Amino acid sequence: MKEEILHTARLAVGYNKKPLIRDIEISIRPGQILTLIGPNGAGKSTILKSITRQLEPISGTVYLGKQSIHQLNERDFAQTVSVMMTGWAEPELMRCEEVVESGRFPYTGRLGILSAHDHKQVREAMELVHVTELAARDFNCISDGQRQRVMLARAICQEPDILVLDEPTSFLDIRHKLELLSILKDLVRRKNLAVIMSLHELDLAQKISDHVLCIRDDHVDRYGTPEEVFTDDYIRTLYRVDRGSYTGLYGSLELDAPQGKPQVFVIGGDGTGIPVYRRLQRLGIPFAAGILHENDVDYPVANALACQVITECAFEPITDTTVQHAQEVLCRCKKVICCLERFGTMNQGNRQLMELARQRSMLVSKDEIRSSDINCT
Amino acid sequence: MEQQRFARYAIGYAVLAGLLCALLVLNLNAGSVDLSAGQVLQILTGQSTENTAIIWEIRFPRLLAATILGGALSVSGFLLQTFFANPIAGPFVLGISSGAKLVVALVMIFFLSRGVVLNSAALIIAAFVGSMISMGFILLISGKVKKMSLLVISGVMIGYICSAITDFVVTFADDSNIVNLHNWSMGSFSGMTWSNVQTMAVVVFLSLVFTFLLSKPMGAYQLGEVYAQNIGVNVRLFRVELILLSSILSACVTAFAGPISFVGIAVPHLVKSLFRTAKPLFIIPACFLGGAVFCLFCDLIARTLFAPTELSISSVTAIFGAPVVIWMMLHRNTRKG
Repeated sequence: MKEEILHTARLAVGYNKKPLIRDIEISIRPGQILTLIGPNGAGKSTILKSITRQLEPISGTVYLGKQSIHQLNERDFAQTVSVMMTGWAEPELMRCEEVVESGRFPYTGRLGILSAHDHKQVREAMELVHVTELAARDFNCISDGQRQRVMLARAICQEPDILVLDEPTSFLDIRHKLELLSILKDLVRRKNLAVIMSLHELDLAQKISDHVLCIRDDHVDRYGTPEEVFTDDYIRTLYRVDRGSYTGLYGSLELDAPQGKPQVFVIGGDGTGIPVYRRLQRLGIPFAAGILHENDVDYPVANALACQVITECAFEPITDTTVQHAQEVLCRCKKVICCLERFGTMNQGNRQLMELARQRSMLVSKDEIRSSDINCT
Repeated sequence: MEQQRFARYAIGYAVLAGLLCALLVLNLNAGSVDLSAGQVLQILTGQSTENTAIIWEIRFPRLLAATILGGALSVSGFLLQTFFANPIAGPFVLGISSGAKLVVALVMIFFLSRGVVLNSAALIIAAFVGSMISMGFILLISGKVKKMSLLVISGVMIGYICSAITDFVVTFADDSNIVNLHNWSMGSFSGMTWSNVQTMAVVVFLSLVFTFLLSKPMGAYQLGEVYAQNIGVNVRLFRVELILLSSILSACVTAFAGPISFVGIAVPHLVKSLFRTAKPLFIIPACFLGGAVFCLFCDLIARTLFAPTELSISSVTAIFGAPVVIWMMLHRNTRKG
């Protein structure tokens, strides 16, 4: 194992001498990504500021290798750690290229004139995050997402050992979010960088991080691998989610389930049910879902949105008892939607349900459902 | 691209240098006694003794003072704009010049009434103390209000208070020596001596050298404190250096020429527009040249427009400077939508 590049010892951080979070013990090795997650205002940025010398720690120490960061001189620190924080100044008449160039200042002389090598680093960093075409544009006249990428190029061309990023994806569209994370992975692998960042996108954090630090209510709540942290229950508690739900496996979010007795029965499976469940949720119609095998892709979403889910054990054919139970629930509903077009050997039970619904003329197509059709009371 | 930019910088410097030379010549020639270029040349080369005193003892020190102080004022404005990250900051607007004026007036009256004539260095120190007092207030306020418009309003108010007190003491001081004080408190380049020029040259030159050496951290600071700190700037020390340098520069101006309005805002803006960059490495020298040109031009008008009556330099700089500031503010707002 390689030596850790940064670690903290009993670090307490906060403002105006009042500790906000105590006993922070993190350590990171080259080639790792550490992600800070937690609710708004939990203190993620405060920690990031404290390990980058922008904020004096209240107590405890941050070590870079064996040395406390406060013993290092400014230039050495600048060559080791680069940051990208939220928000930026509005520099007058500054081209994006000049903004990126400022990342090379720790390597330049008294007047900050860049050498050919410096210019090469700037060019490469700009190519890496695809902002080369913005080089001559005024930094104030580009979009927030573009600015964020320019600032990332700035941080990269500083050639740090540790990259500290505060919500680096907040202004990015989906393509650039994915791109940013691949760039980070790439940097970590190729240049053996360490990355410490805060993220709000749990789905992304789960996929990119080697370690996750969860901050809640003034303390480090959990510190571990994504597998340990991203469980449905834990994320609900961490963020105090009382409306809607989080599915750890997919990293996806679902809104609140409509409340009340089921009005519609949805026969789903194999992913056909999910769009219907979501549509019914939008219309505010409480529904039952069935019969789903517990390993069906529809199952987690049905579980989050339906008021009742009739399930069958994974890999087993649907038993008669389950079908009977489902029929009882179905008969209490007003309408039935069957999303399945084909029934296999394992889910013949669903064919029985569909036929029952047809006999009772309850079957409607999914597009016919309107909230006005259903008396929700 | 790169070449185009450097060509622009080169042209910018050439234009400023050309204007400076032209204005130096004009300022030597024009005045209540009109002299032709030939006559001036003869006097300078010692071939003619007629009007030597006008050229050597009056016009030469005066135009050098306008050059040095104009440049200093404009650089001081640029430093404050960098510090407050706002293009409307300047020594006059923030009340720093007026603070300097007040303390200089008080000190002068106190010593003149005891028959002591102060030398230039003492005046600069008094002005510096005044600048720092105003600056202290401004920093105190800027710690409380983040909004730049409020800060500028506070600065203007501090300026008014200081000017009011200065007027008050000047009006009631009865010493005959104070007649000059009235002119000075309105802002004027008149009555400069060679010893004045020497002192201001030394102070301004040294401050400029230090300022120029700060151009790298200044460039970093334009991106905000966070990023300046991240690339190795000791932000706290740097902020103190900026404040001290801008105060020394504007104090030097006020000590010799009184408060001069708008140069500190208008000139850096014009220069930045001409160069299309705010990079301190290029802009600091350009600001100095620009300030010199602007003040020579304004002083020429102040001296000659209603000769032999002289206008106060601030009236002229305001007429040319204030529209630039208004235009700049309008331009900024439209760009941001």
